This record gives sequence, structure tokens and C-alpha cells, in this order.
Amino acid sequence: MADPYDILIIGGGPGGYVAAIRAAQLGFKTAVVEREHLGGICLNWGCIPTKALLRSAEVFHTATHAKDYGLVIEGAVGFDPAAVVKRSRAVSAQLNGGVGFLLKKNKVDVIWGEAAISKPGEVLVGASKKPPMEPQNPIPKGILGAGAYRAKNIIIATGARPRALPGLEPDGKLIWTYFEAMVPEKFPQSLIVMGSGAIGIEFASFYRTMGAEVTVVEILPQILPVEDAEIAAHARKRFEKQGIKILTSTKVARIEKEPDGLIATLEDAKGGSLTLAAQRMISAVGVIGNVENLGLDSLGVSIERGIIQTDGFGRTNVASIYAIGDVAGPPMLAHKAEHEGVICVEAIKGLDPHPLDKAMIPGCTYCHPQIASVGLTEAKAKEAGFDVKIGRFPFIGNGKAIALGEPDGLVKTIFDAKTGRLLGAHMVGAEVTELIQGFVVAMNCETTEAELINSVFPHPTLSETMHESVLDAYGRVIHT
Amino acid sequence: MPVNILMPALSPTMEKGNLARWLKKEGDKIKSGDILAEIETDKATMEVEAVDEGVLAKIVVPDGTADVPVNDVIGVIAGEGEDVSAAPAKPSVAEAPIAAPSREASPTPTPIPSAPGAAPSTVAVNGQSGPRIFASPLARRIAKQSALDLATIEGSGPHGRVIERDVKAALARPRAPAQEALQTPRAPASLPVSGPSDETIRKNFAPGSFTEVAHDSMRQTIARRLVEASRTIPHFTLSVDCRLDALLALREAINSAAPKDGDGAPAYKISVNDFIIKALALALIRVPDANVTWTEAAMLKHKQADVGVAVAIPGGLITPVIRAAERKTLSVLSNEMKDFAARARARKLKPEEYQGGTASVSNLGMLGIRNFSAIINPPQASILAVGAGEQRVIVKDGAPAVATVMTVTLSTDHRAIDGALGAELLAAFKALIESPVGMLV
Repeated sequence: MADPYDILIIGGGPGGYVAAIRAAQLGFKTAVVEREHLGGICLNWGCIPTKALLRSAEVFHTATHAKDYGLVIEGAVGFDPAAVVKRSRAVSAQLNGGVGFLLKKNKVDVIWGEAAISKPGEVLVGASKKPPMEPQNPIPKGILGAGAYRAKNIIIATGARPRALPGLEPDGKLIWTYFEAMVPEKFPQSLIVMGSGAIGIEFASFYRTMGAEVTVVEILPQILPVEDAEIAAHARKRFEKQGIKILTSTKVARIEKEPDGLIATLEDAKGGSLTLAAQRMISAVGVIGNVENLGLDSLGVSIERGIIQTDGFGRTNVASIYAIGDVAGPPMLAHKAEHEGVICVEAIKGLDPHPLDKAMIPGCTYCHPQIASVGLTEAKAKEAGFDVKIGRFPFIGNGKAIALGEPDGLVKTIFDAKTGRLLGAHMVGAEVTELIQGFVVAMNCETTEAELINSVFPHPTLSETMHESVLDAYGRVIHT
Repeated sequence: MPVNILMPALSPTMEKGNLARWLKKEGDKIKSGDILAEIETDKATMEVEAVDEGVLAKIVVPDGTADVPVNDVIGVIAGEGEDVSAAPAKPSVAEAPIAAPSREASPTPTPIPSAPGAAPSTVAVNGQSGPRIFASPLARRIAKQSALDLATIEGSGPHGRVIERDVKAALARPRAPAQEALQTPRAPASLPVSGPSDETIRKNFAPGSFTEVAHDSMRQTIARRLVEASRTIPHFTLSVDCRLDALLALREAINSAAPKDGDGAPAYKISVNDFIIKALALALIRVPDANVTWTEAAMLKHKQADVGVAVAIPGGLITPVIRAAERKTLSVLSNEMKDFAARARARKLKPEEYQGGTASVSNLGMLGIRNFSAIINPPQASILAVGAGEQRVIVKDGAPAVATVMTVTLSTDHRAIDGALGAELLAAFKALIESPVGMLV
């Protein structure tokens, strides 16, 4: 029997493959077990292909507004749904192949199939129950197959799947999850989006731009419930201006299916109800961790409300078994999974990494306008007892935003009045998902307002809105 | 490349110090951790420790140089065979490759930039100068707001950077170690320094049931010096009863003979305490082995008896020193003491008037205390605690008799004075008190 692996990772998503590469860098004999596609949901069904779809929508939007920029496009600007989807799949396929290349380059073994931990130190891999997505996501070459594998350390990185509400279960035809919404045969004329988190809002934004009548139904009083209320309200106005209907404090009570559509009965918090017909509904009510069929129960791994309980280094209550990413709890984001994977592997190596500070994980939503945030919202900061200083700066005061034709946006910064610590930053507007990292770095370096104020931001850029927001928090704003 | 040895700052406020002596010669091989030289300030003598290896290529500031500014180059360490002339004469950039001794007592090694061309070696941190301390801006600000010295905090961030978490952890700990380490650099780090935290102490009392009075510098100095003394000096005490009748009679005779000035005020009025000061001074001269100060390397045998006298003043006490008290007449000594006491109460004493000394007298007799023991006042080796002179029944020639008796207790540094020697000193003192005429000749 071959030597056991030092580290075996179940799941080849962003958490798993990054952990594997880091493990290989540290000299560990490493394997990844994957049943469907390297790169996981993120790369194949989530973050990346949606960005490709949204890019198509953005270009379409820009083309239809060409005259705003003095350009003339002869004839009608249209789109080919099949080609839009094809492009999105091609982007995923390219990156999927890239992950296979990286694992091979780092001499990480890829084992194909369904894994279960039979006992600490041993993983049984059976044949995959998921068909490969040919031709976009072929099974990589040089893989190992079903069998028993020994490993000194086992990291569970099996990710998450869409949550289903009773009576409103996705059927793949009329009620979609992100899987079906990603690869429609044709774009629906009308669409209900149930849930207004990042996934729901991104699809709402995409399909609205592509001409669908879109209604977003959110059970909470605020769309984008994890975002700062002021930013969410700003975004809501923009969405409604684009023609997206938004119903908050409202839930989908039931649906009646028709041959090529459905009728949804909606109920609001006051007991009022209305019916709404649409061709399709997207269920985007969150995701739940894939913790089943891994043998965790018989091992006694502690799981609470579907989340594997871990310490700051991914350690479960069972020695040599670790969990990272979505299965280890929210925020269920690829970049959080990657970081946890690295920390977990470095801790196994004895490198003394610091646990992840979840308060400094940024979140991004790629609708139009974009939304990005890090740290505490104003409400959360006040709840935590901070005496806050708040700065705001609108994009209308920024030269680059005007030149881009993107004058709608807002940057809000929240400081602890006592220490000058940056507690949170919240942004809505063009390209803010690319800007937020500035505040992330600032928070991680523990800058105060002084360093941000003293830093020179390049002109003309959208990033100047960040500087001005900080200035505003301290009564020094220039351009409003 | 050659590395400059810089004059270390022994305390945050130190600007210059005296280079007492080099313990290495030019050409000596240096290992990391070797003691290179001794630095003196008015408070302490400290050792300069090497962090780099090599050869002591050059001594720039010779033994016994006074007032060397902090961060001046005092010597150069070179790699073997290196050309020393390559070393910069002035520390215009970086390199402070000596561990400042004051940092030794702090709980953490202070990161010191060693790469030439890095940031300047002294960066104002918390308004203090010293080796650059890597800390996040937020950590710096919270430390400043909390009057916490970053140099005393161990950093847990990347490359030992002090981050917010470290400062908050330090704030949650008792403050004493950090403060103590700064103010008494001579206390070895291994000694337990702290009691319970202020917070823990406060919790013993109901909120509002007390008022808080911030310590003034005298209270801090008393606390620091007495903690240091009781921690570092092995004390033992000897007591003896002294009959005062002869002394009281002599005092009466001397005072009544004092010449009077125009207003009828006497030129002197000798107190019992003046006799005690004089007696202790003479006893120290008669038992010279007891007129000493302990140092690690040697016993300092004093040629004169400088006697400190504890003076209680509002808010504390201070111990002015009568120099060469054995040579001063009672009247001179008495008037000097009166002047000292008055200026002590006005807090007008100069440092040279209360520093040093070879032994002290602490007298609580006027407050009715019969006997007590006192804590030695470093760098002295003994202190005499004086109780009240009172009439007691004694046995005289096999029969009870009444006499005026005072009990004195000598606390002694056992490192310097053993029991028999202390007893000898006390016997000499007792003899002088009971036959006070001996003090007049």
C-alpha cells in the first residue's frame, strides 16, 4: 500500500484546491477528491460564469446607450441568448482547465469520485454520482479512481448547494436555481426572483437588462439584507429606476405551475396578498453546506445547524479532521474559503497563522450598480456600542464618475470616534467591487483615519470617492 | 559590514548618560549577549549587551566619559578582517544593534532595525525616542490614549508587529510590569513584579465607596524604591534597649548653655534625634565594616558616615542626608537638620541632598511608637528605627528601678552586614547613647 497522504482534501472548489496548492508548497504529499468539476461552484456555476453573463449584459446596456456617448450604432442592438451562455461556459471551462493545470504543476493528486471518511486517517472514494459536464468540464486526465486512501490529515471542503423552501422546491424547469438560471435555453419574458441576496440581485439585474419583467420578492424589510441600510436603499432606487419591481417584507406563499409559466401568491407582513404571473421563478434563498454522506456522524464530528464546528484553524472536534469554506459556516464566499484553506494547512504545518478575522471579509454584488462592503454596517456598529463618525461621498462629486457616465453611487465610511479605527466601508456605484480592497487593506493594517487622509489617491479615479468619504467623516470633505 | 554601537537610552526620558567603563578591549571577539560596557545614569548603572557578533573594532567613547548623548556612536563592531573605516562615524541612518538594557526588563525583545538604510533608528513613538517599534497606526493610537508604552508590548502581528489585539491584551493585564520595567530597569525580568491588577483591586470595594487620588511623583518614587528594596535586599533586624537618662541630662545641660541672640532665641536646641544621628554616625566609624554598600562586584567601604534622616512630610516622606555626620558638632548637625526638615516640607530639597547615604535613621518615637522595623533605603546597608523614650521599670543591681529607655531596631542588608557585625554596630551605638559624653569629644 502506498504511503498515506499528509493531507487529503475532499472537494476541489476554491477552498479545496487553494488549500491543496498551499499544502504542496509546504512540502506535504497532497490529494484532492472531486466528484464533478475542479474549481467548484464558484468557478463553474457561481462567481465566474455569472460575471461573464453580467459582462454581456453590461456591454449590451452600453451599446443600447451608445448615443449617450456620442456614438452611432446603425440598426438594432440585440443579443443571442445561446451565444451569451456559450461565452459564459467557455470562461468557466478555461478556468476549470487552469485549476487542473495548477494542481498537476504542484504535484497534487486528483482523485475522482464521492468521498466518505471511513475512520480517522482513511477515506473511501466511490464512483462519482454526478455526470461530468461534457464538453465544457471534462474529467481531467491523470486522475486516480475509486478506492481506499489513507491520509494523516483530512480537510472537508465540500461547499454548499442551494437551499430549497418547502412547497417551492426548484424543479429545474419553472423554478430555477442558479444552475438553471446560468444556462437558459431562452431568456424568460418575466421572472420572479425569490430572495434578494447577492445571487438573487445579480440574476435580477442580468435578466432585467436582457429585457425581462423582473420582480424581486424579499421576506425581510430590506433588499441585500447584509448590506448597510443606506446603501441598500440607494441600490433599490436604482433598481426600481431600471424597472425592477421590488417587494420587501413579502414572501412567496405558494405557486401554481402552468405549462410554460407559474402564478405565485405573495403575502406581505400585514397579511395582504397578491398574485403574480411569471414565466420562471429563481429560488435564491441562500445555500446550505454539503455535510451529508461524508461519514461525519459515525466519526462524531460536531455539526450544528448544518455547519461543521471548527476552531479558527479549521480543526473539528475530531483529531486530524478539518473543515473549511461553506461547510464551516458563513460568510459562504469563495475568498473566505480560500483563506481558511491556507490557514488550516499552515496550522497543520505548525506555521502559527492567525485565525481569519471574519469582520474583515469583503462582500461584493455585481449588479448594476455594483455593491461592495467590508466591516460593520452603521446599525451593527451602533449595536456594538461604538460611538461612530460617518462619512459619505456621492459619485456625482467625482470627475471620473461623471466622465464614465456613472454619476450614481455612494461611498459610506464608518469610524470609531474614539480611536479612529475604520469599522466599516460600504459602497454602491460603478466598479466599487474593484475599489473595496483599498479599505480591506486599510482595515487589515489597522490604519486610522489619519493614514487614509494622508494617503494620496490618484486623480482622476473613482477611488477619490473613498478618500473624500473619509474626509467627510472628519468634516474635511472637499467636493460636496 | 561594520556595525556601530550606539549609546542606549536606559529610560524613555534619558537624553545622555555616562560611559562608566568598557568590559571589552579593542580587538576582543564579541558574541551576541556579551556585556560590552557599563552605562551610568543618576539612577542606575546598566550593562550594554551585544546583539551582533564580530570583533570590537574601535572604542569611540573611552571609559569614564560623562554626558554622552543617546544614540551617539560609542564603539564599532566589525566582522573579522573587516575594514573599520567603512563604518559611518555618525548614525545618520539605522543600525542600533545593541539591546538597550532597559528593554531587557520589558517582557519582550524590542524589534530593532538592523538593515542599514532602513528607517531612522530613532522614531518618535508615543512622544518618546528609542528604537523603532513596529506597530499598526491603530495600536499606536490606542496605546497613546491609554498611556501605554508600545515597547513593553509583545507584537503578534506579521514579523512581531504590535497590533490592536496586543494593545488591548496589554491593557487587560495588570499595568505594573510595564511601568515597573520602565522605571526600574535594574529589576531582573525574572522577578515577579506585579500584584493584582488595579481593576481586580477596585472590585473589592463598592463603586462610589471611595475616591481615587492619582499618585504624584513622590508617591510613585516611594513605591518603586521600597518595592525594589524589599525585593532585592535580604533584610534582618536587631533590637536593643538604650537607657536615655544620661543623654537627657546632657541635652538639658547643653541646651541651657546655648548662647541667645538679641531676641532671646537660643543659637541651637539639640534634640534627642540629633544625638541619635550623631551616635549612629560615630558608631559607623567605630565599626567601619558596617559602614558599607553592597554591589555585585565589590563591597564599597565608606570613609565617612553619611546619615539619612527620614522626614515625614504631607503626602510622603523624604530622607535628606547629613554628610560626614561623625565630624559635625551637635549644634551644626542640629541646625543642618532643622534646615533640611523645613525645606523637605516645602519640597525644596535638591537631589544631591537626599541621594546616597550610608545608613539612615527613622524615628517614630515622638508619635509614641515603642518599636518598629524599617525598610532599608538603597544604596544604604542599614536603617535604624527609633522608638519612644519612655520610663520603664528595669532591673538595676538586682532590684527594680525606673529608667528612661528607648528601643531601637536596626534593619540590615545581610549581603553586606552579617548578624554579629550588625550587633557590634548596635552595641557601639548603645554605648554612645548611654554614655553621651563620648559624642562631645
